[in-house]
Amino acid sequence: MSKPSFVYVTYIQTTPEAVWNALRDPEMTKDYWGRHRNVSDWTTGSAWRHEDYDDASLVRIAGTVLESNPPHRLVLTWASPEKKDDPAKRSRVTFDIEPFMGEVRLTVTHEDLDDEMLRGVSAGWPAILSSLKTLLETGKAMPMTQKRWPGKS
Amino acid sequence: MKNLDPVFKALADESRRGLLDRLRARNGQTLGELCERQDMTRQAVSKHLMILEEANLVVTVKRGREKLHYLNPVPIHAIAERWIGKYEGHRLQALSDLKANLEKRSGEA
Repeated sequence: MSKPSFVYVTYIQTTPEAVWNALRDPEMTKDYWGRHRNVSDWTTGSAWRHEDYDDASLVRIAGTVLESNPPHRLVLTWASPEKKDDPAKRSRVTFDIEPFMGEVRLTVTHEDLDDEMLRGVSAGWPAILSSLKTLLETGKAMPMTQKRWPGKS
Repeated sequence: MKNLDPVFKALADESRRGLLDRLRARNGQTLGELCERQDMTRQAVSKHLMILEEANLVVTVKRGREKLHYLNPVPIHAIAERWIGKYEGHRLQALSDLKANLEKRSGEA
């Protein structure tokens, strides 16, 4: 087991099923994940990609579903589309969704990141996760995550 | 937004902010590593870490026999989002970049 580069935790007043669905529902990801969507059939071994909500030709991240256990655990490989077959450039993201005292504890663990990817990731996740929490609890995501982010073109 | 009291309480202490700085510099440290070059006792560091964990500013992961500590900035992000609107965000980022640049230069001079 490798040492994670980042571990992010947020507590959300909702159900594990709602969090699981929010990771896959394009109408939700477009609002809390910078106007992007996640595309896959979400079964173990399948491909997945993170692409622009309005233009599916703009794929930002691509990988494989390593583990899919709805609504508790999703493990994905994570890489730039052009580097997804290079093991050195491939990182791994795990979503753990657990009931916790009437709420849901969502843990995102990012492993095997190289230095190049480290900066972008450290800037992105806290915003995405706090907006996901706001969306699930209030029905409306934060304005900042509803549009594409500068620098991500 | 509820449950922010523990976050503010946890941040209202220089030693605890220092521990967050150390994790920011290098994420995923053990208690032993966090105790290195510290004036605090191991017990004091451990107690501070517990308060940070209760505030969800630090999360721990077990790897074999080791317990690794990670900085979790999600609650701080939630605080910032609460009081900073979408337009102010860009301006404040520009200001904080400017401040960092100027301070870096005066440090070099």
